Amino acid sequence: MKSVRIAGGLGFYGDSWRPIRASIERGNVQYVASDHLAELTLAILQKDRLRDANLGYTRDLVPMLLDLLPLALPRGIKFVLNAGGLNPLAARGALLNALKKAGIKLNIGVVLGDSVLERLDDLQAAGVSLAHMDTGEEIERVREKLLFASAYLGARPIVEALDAGADIVLTGRVADAALFLAPMVHELGWKWDEWDKLAQGIVVGHLLECSGQATGGNFGGDWRSIPDLAHIGYPIAEVWENGEALITKAPGTGGRVNFDTLREQLLYEVHDPAHYLTPDVDVDMTTLRMEEVGPDQVRVTGARGRPAPQTLKIVAGYDDGVMGQAMIGYAWPDALAKARAAAEIILEQMREIGLQAEETLVEYIGYNSIHGPLADERHVEDLNEVYLRIAVRCADRQEAAKLGRLFPPLALSGPPFIGGAGGMLEPRGLLGIWPTLAPRELIEEYIRVSVEES
Amino acid sequence: MEEQLWRRVHARSGDKGDKADISLFAPDQATYDLLAREITAERVRQHFSGLITGKVERFEVPNLLALKFVLHGALNGGASRSLRSDSLGKSLASALLRMLQYPQSGS
Repeated sequence: MKSVRIAGGLGFYGDSWRPIRASIERGNVQYVASDHLAELTLAILQKDRLRDANLGYTRDLVPMLLDLLPLALPRGIKFVLNAGGLNPLAARGALLNALKKAGIKLNIGVVLGDSVLERLDDLQAAGVSLAHMDTGEEIERVREKLLFASAYLGARPIVEALDAGADIVLTGRVADAALFLAPMVHELGWKWDEWDKLAQGIVVGHLLECSGQATGGNFGGDWRSIPDLAHIGYPIAEVWENGEALITKAPGTGGRVNFDTLREQLLYEVHDPAHYLTPDVDVDMTTLRMEEVGPDQVRVTGARGRPAPQTLKIVAGYDDGVMGQAMIGYAWPDALAKARAAAEIILEQMREIGLQAEETLVEYIGYNSIHGPLADERHVEDLNEVYLRIAVRCADRQEAAKLGRLFPPLALSGPPFIGGAGGMLEPRGLLGIWPTLAPRELIEEYIRVSVEES
Repeated sequence: MEEQLWRRVHARSGDKGDKADISLFAPDQATYDLLAREITAERVRQHFSGLITGKVERFEVPNLLALKFVLHGALNGGASRSLRSDSLGKSLASALLRMLQYPQSGS
C-alpha cells in the first residue's frame, strides 16, 4: 500500500531547526512541513512590514532552508512552510534571490488570500458581523485599531501548488495541520469528502505541528524519564493510503515517542476532542486508538471525520496598549516581606506621579509569578530570595516607561539586601486578539496559487 | 497512596485567545474513573477562582484515559495582551495538579 513520510519542522518562529537535519538525514522522509506562525507572530510581522514593504514573513525562512537544502536536495525532499506570514510573495522573492545566489533551481509555490484586513468592509457589506466568536461582542470597539486579520485556510491550495510541481510551498495563515494534510492528499490521492482519511491526516498533522512537544518535550508526566532532550528528535509520520499512520522519530535522537508523549500532544489546545474543527474536516478524536508497536513507534488509527464547516475562522489582532515592567530581587531573611514592602513603595509613588495605568499587576518571582493566586502559601516564610515584578498596561510607551524609572532608587532608599536591580525592561506593545467567523466562500474566492522557478 | 496521585497523573496546558485548555491524563482505567468522578467542571472552576473570570467546560476522552478542561477568561485577555509571567498558561496544567496534591482539603 502506498505511503508518504513527513517530518515535523518548527513549532514556532524562533524554534530550532537543528533536529530537522536528523529527520532528513536518517528519517527517510519525503516532506518537511513547518509551522512558523503563532497568534503573536503575525503582529511582529505586521510591524516588520510597516517598516519595510519587503518584509512581513518570518525571517528564519532563508537561513533555515539554506542550511537544510544541501541535505534535502539529493534526497528529493519537499517543503511546506507557513513562513510567508503576512507577505508570502516577499518571502518567495527573498528565497528566490538566495537560491539563485546558491545556484539552486527549484519551483516555489505561494498561497495567497488568507489576509483579509483590506476586505473587512466588503465582508461586513456582505452581511458578516465579524463579532467576537467567543464573547459575541461587536467589532466596532477595536475596528480602527486592527493591525492584521488573517483567515485560516485549509489544505486545498497547498495541494494545488504541489500538483503544479512546487518543491517548496510558502503560505501565510493556514490551519497548522493543513501544512501536513496537503502532502498526504497530494501523494495518496485522497478525495475531499473522504472524511475519515482527512481526519486521520489532521490528527497526524496536529501531532507533528509542535515539534518537540510530540517527542517528550514539555512532557507533563515523568519528565526525568525522557532521554537526551539536548538532542531531541522531532516527530516523523508515515501515513498510508487507508489513513493509518505510524508516528516515530529519527534513529539516534533524544526524546521519546510513546502513548504518553503522543496523547499529551494530541489533545493540546483542541478544546472539544469530539469536534476539532479545521477548514478541511470536523475531526472526532474520541474514536481514535494509539498503540505502541515498537521503540519510539506508535500506530494511530480510528479518527472519524465529519463534513467540513461552512465557515472559516479569522483571527485579527489589534493594538491593546503598551506594557511597562520592572524587577528587583530581595534576599533572605524575610525576602517576600521585603519584596512586598518594595511593592507598596512603588505603588504609592505611581499614584503620586500620576502614572496612568489601565491595569497593574504585582508578582513575586520565586513565590507566585507563575501560579498567581493559586500559589501555595505554606512555604513562603524562609525563601532564599524573591523578585518583585510589577507590570502596567498603559496607553503609550512614554507612560509605560515611567514605571521602570521608579525602581533604581529602591537600591539605596528601600528595604535591604537587593540583587538583580538592573531589571528595567523595555516597554513592549500589547496585542489584543479578535477571533471571528466568515462564510468560507467569501474567503475562498480570493485564494490564489502560483508557482515560480528560481 | 492518595497523596501521590498527582505524581501518577500527568497534564499539559495551552491557550487559544483568552481560553486556557488543560488536559489531565490517567495512568490506568481505575484512576481515570476516579478522576472522571471527582474532578468536575465546577470543582475546577472553584480551584481556579481568582485566576479565571469565566466558565469551565469539561470533555471526557475515555479512549485516551483523559479529561479536557477549557477555562474561559483564563489568560488576562489572551497571551499577547497579558501582563502575566505565564502569559501562555503553560503552567496552568501544574496548577490543576495541585488539586490532586491535597485532595482532603476539598478545594
